[in-house]
Amino acid sequence: MLSVFMAVLRRDLLLAWRRRSDVLTALGFFLLVTSLFPLGVGPEPDQLAQIAGGVMWVAALLATLLSVSRLFESDEADGTLEQMLLSVEPLAVIVLAKVCAYWLLTGLPLVLIAPLIALQFSLTPDETLIVCASLLIGTPTLSLLGAIGASLTLGLRGGGALIALLVLPLYIPVLIFGAGAIDRWRAGLEVGSNLALLAACLLVALAVAPVASAAALRIAQD
Amino acid sequence: MSETQSSVARAPSPGFSFFHYASPQTFFPLAGKLLWPCWIAAALLTLAGLYIGFFVAPTDATQGDSYRIIFIHVPAAWMSMVVYLAMAFWCAVGLVFNTRLSFMMATALAPTGAIWAFVALWTGALWGKPTWGTYWVWDARLTSELILFFLYCGYMALQAAIDDPRRADRAGALIAIVGAVNVPIIYFSVKWWNTLHQGASVSLTAAPTMATTMLTGMLMMALAAWAYTIGAALVRVRAIMIERERSADWVRKLVTGADFNGDSKA
Repeated sequence: MLSVFMAVLRRDLLLAWRRRSDVLTALGFFLLVTSLFPLGVGPEPDQLAQIAGGVMWVAALLATLLSVSRLFESDEADGTLEQMLLSVEPLAVIVLAKVCAYWLLTGLPLVLIAPLIALQFSLTPDETLIVCASLLIGTPTLSLLGAIGASLTLGLRGGGALIALLVLPLYIPVLIFGAGAIDRWRAGLEVGSNLALLAACLLVALAVAPVASAAALRIAQD
Repeated sequence: MSETQSSVARAPSPGFSFFHYASPQTFFPLAGKLLWPCWIAAALLTLAGLYIGFFVAPTDATQGDSYRIIFIHVPAAWMSMVVYLAMAFWCAVGLVFNTRLSFMMATALAPTGAIWAFVALWTGALWGKPTWGTYWVWDARLTSELILFFLYCGYMALQAAIDDPRRADRAGALIAIVGAVNVPIIYFSVKWWNTLHQGASVSLTAAPTMATTMLTGMLMMALAAWAYTIGAALVRVRAIMIERERSADWVRKLVTGADFNGDSKA
């Protein structure tokens, strides 16, 4: 089971490495959206610091949504997905590996670039650390839940808008806990509880999402 | 439609069996019989409930007459949640037992549930203006009701986007169940986030904090909402049954009124 996981992970990372521009789309989107906010709401540092957490979280959420719809697309197009469905190995493990690769390629870069954006929004080092920590725990949940939407809308017309309608309501707890962490810190409250709740969301998503996504793939390819 | 024909051949069991009505063919006439009682009950209970609500129940000490919206608002909010649970339940039954009728029932319930969620939001806004001074606040219950409305929309949009009914049923069922798992998480996350809404006035564990006539009126309206929901779902499920089983013998018999043998005509 572990070998299948590693094989799929390596394959997806390799494929992404061969087509690097795909990976950078989500990252560019994240950078652009966050840069738009100071232009929209004005450059006052206090105001920017206040909205920074929410802006970065919403941008991360939209960047995930933008790219996750392509999670199974190329596999479906070249027939790999059918082979995965026919495989004797549990489909949920394959899906989990794909989601892991996807997060390493799109979620992790967001976390790594976040300090730069925090700088633009004039956050203090402590606040930057908290935003990064919340993104680090929260973005895998976004990827996992996004995989459910991606597998449900696979090959449907208007898949992009549909996946937003399906997945965004499910993202709300993650958004609230994630963006709430920095707000609590700024209000002088402890942030451990929010990070723990984010981690709890991640664990639930880890348990449910690969199985649900695998079931949705079987339905889609029935 | 070999399944349908085999169920025709089977002799009806002598005693009452719940599963006897698990096939569209046998459920269709039953749903037809249940329709009128539902409509009559809904109409009578609405009239009685509104009469009590508007003429008998006393004016509230703090909120004046604007509180009277609860006779519509509270049943609508209750039903929006109950219908979602019922929908998720039928979806789960459909996925586990692979029954066609369960999916049809879930599909039939969704629009009614969405309407209830919308009515709850709308009446809540109308009540919020005189009471809180604003149509909308980002309060826990309002926000989670709004998200519930989006969940209904997502379910219906997904089903509408898929042409193959079998895939539409199953994909919709999956998202409904995932949504049902998420509803409590969403509710508590929003609750801890921000809360302004008054606490629940009616709960199972504590004595109600409202006058008896108010409670009577509200419960009557709640029962009326139940009757309406069941009636509306039955009408819709009958339409879905006819549409999906249009090539089956029993539907042709129903439509043409003639005994159809399956080898000539039509």
